[in-house]
Amino acid sequence: MATDVSAYEEMIKGLWRDNPVFVQVLGMCPMLAVTNSAINAVVMGLATFFVLVGSSFLVSSFKTFIPKQVRISLYIIIIATFVTVVDYSLLAILPAIHKELGAFIPLIVANCMILGRQEAFASKHNVKYAVMDAVGMSGGFLIAMLALGSVREILGVGALFGVDLFGSNFEPWVIMILPPGGFLTLGLLLLFFNWFTERRRQFLIKVADADRVLAVEKVDAQGVKDNG
Amino acid sequence: MKNHHLKKKDPNLLLQSAPLLRQELTTPAAMKDVWIALLPATAASLWFFGLSALLIILTSIAGAILTEWVFTDKEKRRFAISDTSAGLTGLLIALTLPPGLPLWMVFLGGCVSIGLGKVVWGGLGSNIFNPALLGRAFLLGTFPIAMTTWGAAGGPGEFFQIHSSNLALPFMQAQVDSMGAATPLGLMKFEQQGTALWSLFTGNTAGSIGETSALFLLLGGIYLLLRRGIDWRIPVAIFSTAALFSLIMFLTDGDKYPSPLFTLFSGGLLLGAFFMATDPVTSPLTPKGCWIFGIGIGFLVVLIRLFGGLPEGMLYAILLMNAATPLIDRYTQPRIFGRQG
Repeated sequence: MATDVSAYEEMIKGLWRDNPVFVQVLGMCPMLAVTNSAINAVVMGLATFFVLVGSSFLVSSFKTFIPKQVRISLYIIIIATFVTVVDYSLLAILPAIHKELGAFIPLIVANCMILGRQEAFASKHNVKYAVMDAVGMSGGFLIAMLALGSVREILGVGALFGVDLFGSNFEPWVIMILPPGGFLTLGLLLLFFNWFTERRRQFLIKVADADRVLAVEKVDAQGVKDNG
Repeated sequence: MKNHHLKKKDPNLLLQSAPLLRQELTTPAAMKDVWIALLPATAASLWFFGLSALLIILTSIAGAILTEWVFTDKEKRRFAISDTSAGLTGLLIALTLPPGLPLWMVFLGGCVSIGLGKVVWGGLGSNIFNPALLGRAFLLGTFPIAMTTWGAAGGPGEFFQIHSSNLALPFMQAQVDSMGAATPLGLMKFEQQGTALWSLFTGNTAGSIGETSALFLLLGGIYLLLRRGIDWRIPVAIFSTAALFSLIMFLTDGDKYPSPLFTLFSGGLLLGAFFMATDPVTSPLTPKGCWIFGIGIGFLVVLIRLFGGLPEGMLYAILLMNAATPLIDRYTQPRIFGRQG
């Protein structure tokens, strides 16, 4: 059975290596729709965080009771429960942001990243791993939302979390807070992420090759010595 | 290298790799024709908009070439820059910009047109949309106010009168210029006010720096047609469709809709028809496809001008038909010889 180290790894993988947005390209709908300001993006990310962790916990706890034939609908019901909790909590705590996020709060139910984690992970692992995985995945989602929301708000309004950055003379990039800006920014971030990953991979290959060459040379030298 | 004996030059042995028959028409040569064809329009832009136009053209070319250089593989850089296509894109986007646009926006436009319009698709020949127009569309969506603030055309006497808004600091707003003027198309659309055809023909009107002078654009276009640098079907289809459509509208209501000649000579129609729509990468391959493509542009441009919210529609007309080009190519493929269609 796995140790604590791998539970930690289940969490870390969602943040970077298996990032739900940049690597799996899941959850694009809220990603593009509500990242027009950093605060909206963060609230949306936190809401998703709560829903994913909660439903992963429940699904993993009940996994032996859930009949295989109706599992998807049961997952949806569990997810919908948490979404309703989030919906009403936000309405009570942050009514202004709730109004701006609008239909996208109920639509968390349809976020394929959340259902995907239930089907692929929570229903097959015990509670600890399921929760760690959910924390990592929604953490990765939150990071991506924050990155997109910050870029769009800084360029589109000249502010970050509502704080003016450039003074009143700033020329806003109107396109950035409009839908095309979401697509452009997401595309460029994906481009950057892939470029970075590929560079890292090439670097690792180079290092591995160098190691192998060293090892071979060592063996050769040994052989020469033995034969000599 | 093992074949040392092949390194020595043997006069009886001609070593040559695959394309044994070479065509005279190379990419740099084709580009050179377009540069020459754009000279009159560029000269006209300097005449009417002075130093501002020169700065815009140089900035935009610099942005385009710099982006191409940064995002091209080290081994391919020399070829990518020396085929002059990046510089040409820079010149083309400059000609579609208003004279008072801050230079940092111009630079950004040059970068976006090459970066998002060409490099991300895989470089020259792989892009779907005309890079210059994509850059302009980005600027129009990003800075809608600055992109629709036009300066009036001046004469050569005002050559050194630069628009103060050109020199706005990066990311900062331009100081509002008192030289605001409306383009002929804007006057027509919002105030039902015509412009003298002679002004449209010579280019002494407000507008983007390279689009105003019909005469000089025609000169360049005819040169390109004579050199067979572009497919004649595309401009002909655009002109005839646009003229026909606007003639029909003009005959139904002559007060409300402009005459066909106004439609042809105003705005970016000539510049777009000769230099942007005919881009060999983003236009159809077959003759029949070229007709469909041109007719589509001519129809859309008049549709947008007369019934849309914007005064000018050439930009979106061409981009829309660019998007349809792969489809047109697929449906106009000639029958393969010896097979049943």
